[in-house]
Amino acid sequence: MSSIVKGDPILEIADLAVEVQGRRILDGVNLAVRAGEVHAIMGPNGAGKSTLSQLLAGRSGYEVKRGTVRYLGEDLLALPAEERARRGLFLGFQYPVEIPGVNNVYLLKAALNAQRRQHGLPEVDAFDFLGLVRDKMRLMQMDESFLSRGVNEGFSGGEKKRNEILQMLVLEPTLAILDETDSGLDIDALKVVASGVNSLRRDDRAVVLVTHYQRLLDHVVPDRVHVLVGGRILKSGDRNLALELERRGYDWVRHEASAA
Amino acid sequence: MATKPQDLDSLVGQTYRHGFVTDIDSDTVPPGIDEDVIRLISAKKGEPAFLLDWRLKSLRHWQTMREPHWAHVRYPPIDYQAISYYSAPKASSDGPKSLADVDPKLLATYDRLGVPLHERARLAGVAVDAVFDSVSVATTFKARLAEAGVIFCPFSDAVREHPALVEQYLGSVVPPTDNFFAALNSAVFTDGSFVYLPKGVRCPMELSTYFRINAAKTGQFERTLIIADEGSHVSYLEGCTAPMRDENQLHAAVVELVALADANIKYSTVQNWYPGDEHGVGGIYNFVTKRGECRGANSRISWTQVETGSAITWKYPSCVLIGDNSVGEFYSVAVANHYQQADTGTKMVHVGRNTRSTIVSKGISAGHAQNSYRGLVKVLASAEGARNYTQCDSLLMSDRCGAHTFPYIEVKNPTATVEHEATTSKIGEDQLFYCLQRGLSQEDAVNMIVSGFCKSVFKELPMEFAVEAQNLLAVSLEGAVG
Repeated sequence: MSSIVKGDPILEIADLAVEVQGRRILDGVNLAVRAGEVHAIMGPNGAGKSTLSQLLAGRSGYEVKRGTVRYLGEDLLALPAEERARRGLFLGFQYPVEIPGVNNVYLLKAALNAQRRQHGLPEVDAFDFLGLVRDKMRLMQMDESFLSRGVNEGFSGGEKKRNEILQMLVLEPTLAILDETDSGLDIDALKVVASGVNSLRRDDRAVVLVTHYQRLLDHVVPDRVHVLVGGRILKSGDRNLALELERRGYDWVRHEASAA
Repeated sequence: MATKPQDLDSLVGQTYRHGFVTDIDSDTVPPGIDEDVIRLISAKKGEPAFLLDWRLKSLRHWQTMREPHWAHVRYPPIDYQAISYYSAPKASSDGPKSLADVDPKLLATYDRLGVPLHERARLAGVAVDAVFDSVSVATTFKARLAEAGVIFCPFSDAVREHPALVEQYLGSVVPPTDNFFAALNSAVFTDGSFVYLPKGVRCPMELSTYFRINAAKTGQFERTLIIADEGSHVSYLEGCTAPMRDENQLHAAVVELVALADANIKYSTVQNWYPGDEHGVGGIYNFVTKRGECRGANSRISWTQVETGSAITWKYPSCVLIGDNSVGEFYSVAVANHYQQADTGTKMVHVGRNTRSTIVSKGISAGHAQNSYRGLVKVLASAEGARNYTQCDSLLMSDRCGAHTFPYIEVKNPTATVEHEATTSKIGEDQLFYCLQRGLSQEDAVNMIVSGFCKSVFKELPMEFAVEAQNLLAVSLEGAVG
């Protein structure tokens, strides 16, 4: 993991076409994410943003019709979901599920240990682990009571999103894909989440933010912005593209692409 | 694509770990049941006349009864004349005097089952009575318990050594006429455990019985009787296993609990009878009557059960709350996988004033299994201020299994408070994917989710058995999501 240096390819998607129950959702996506970069993928509802995130994380029910996805040089699609996670691919869920009766800390510790086993490291000591979690909780301004609660059980929308970022900070993924982590957050919570994401930024890691709105990008400044419309990335640019999308919407991108 | 779900069905069918047969000479009565068989059993056990009479009366009553079919289970007719009603390991016909007299093969069997029969038991702080087919093999820690005044022994010993107690309490909670299977048990029961706690005694250790059916074509009909005198406390655990056999085996036990004033009985069961194979062949038919009476004021009876085995389960551990302020509790996890069928639940009968009952039932269905909760909450006119809370949750793990709930509520007193909550959910694909995405294996994810679902029941189990129950659950459900 630590052998990754800035600029190394982390994620390479080439001509990816995906169907769900016979319906074409992604239709020739190309994307390259390198170590040290933060990418934002923006687009209207139904553009295929969540499909892309879930597919990359290994959810079943998607049929890949063509194209390839490489993660750290390997065929990502050949790996089962848990294997991807253990190799440092993290998905921050748009709608984190509740798992009643399963303690937050218990799940998080199991997750960290699964990853450590992958790297031939000993399981984390409970005492050290709790220290680590408490540090990250402070950063995410989370209440101590979180430790004794069930996974997302009875959490507000904002708490669930913070919990996702907390998990990300504990697991320190090589590639974090955050699926609309900003939606449903008030401005204070948004800042907390953004500072969590920023604290993860490092030369040997990459982040892909999937979002509708550019307001998150005020706080987490992306290196690249992509516009996903109708299952394709129609336009890419720097952060100014996000501002332009905010002003003008998505239609002009569509028109520009069809004119080309 | 590469991330297609694993072939989950292929993962189903974890082998039953307790499915070995012990090669031991058994003294087995030929199949069939009539008065001569009853006399033979009674004679083999050297029983007093009152017990033989009681058995014969039970048999005659049983012969007038018909097998009940109201439960939500289906099975081919049982030929009661094809079953052998008595099977004992031969060497023990004189009765083992100590552990040293017990056939080493039997001890090895219990070793494989993980029953702490030897000194390990002391470490575990558990006194064990092991019932192999029809007879009790060894009861550990008799002496230490005797010091405290606690009687914990095989039922047959109790008949010999404490006939007055047996005569007073036997059938006083579950009379032979209670139901078809209780009547059969009363006629043919061969052994079981007997516990008596004198006034004010807190039992110094957990008491435990392990039941095992070994011989082919035998039924097991044990009888357990626990009497907690005024102010006494006891925690009792039973565990059950059986070898894998293609034919079905009948288990029809009766458990009676009596709690006098201020007494407290906690009865926990981890039931792992052979459930049959993945095609529904073989397995134990488990028709069990368990009932406790809170006879005295402020007494408490608590049933906790983790049921993972048996092809058919028909079982309703119940509480009759007679004493004022008495408390009845039922905590249950019932797992049914493959073609298992479970119809289980409880009855809480409120008689005394301010009696309280709590029912927490967690049903888990996988494969083609059918899992039913059947419960009765009955508040009599005398039960001023009675309260009941029922929570009944079902978890479905496949598209082919079923969960059913049959709650009955009868309230005859207007001051009673009765609450019933029920949920049914399918194990979430979202929950599973969430755990996988955090790096957990499919099995670990399922175990974690199911354990979370069962948490409120597991926490009622004695600590050392909670872990065992959790492991058992993991084995029973390995790869069961589909």
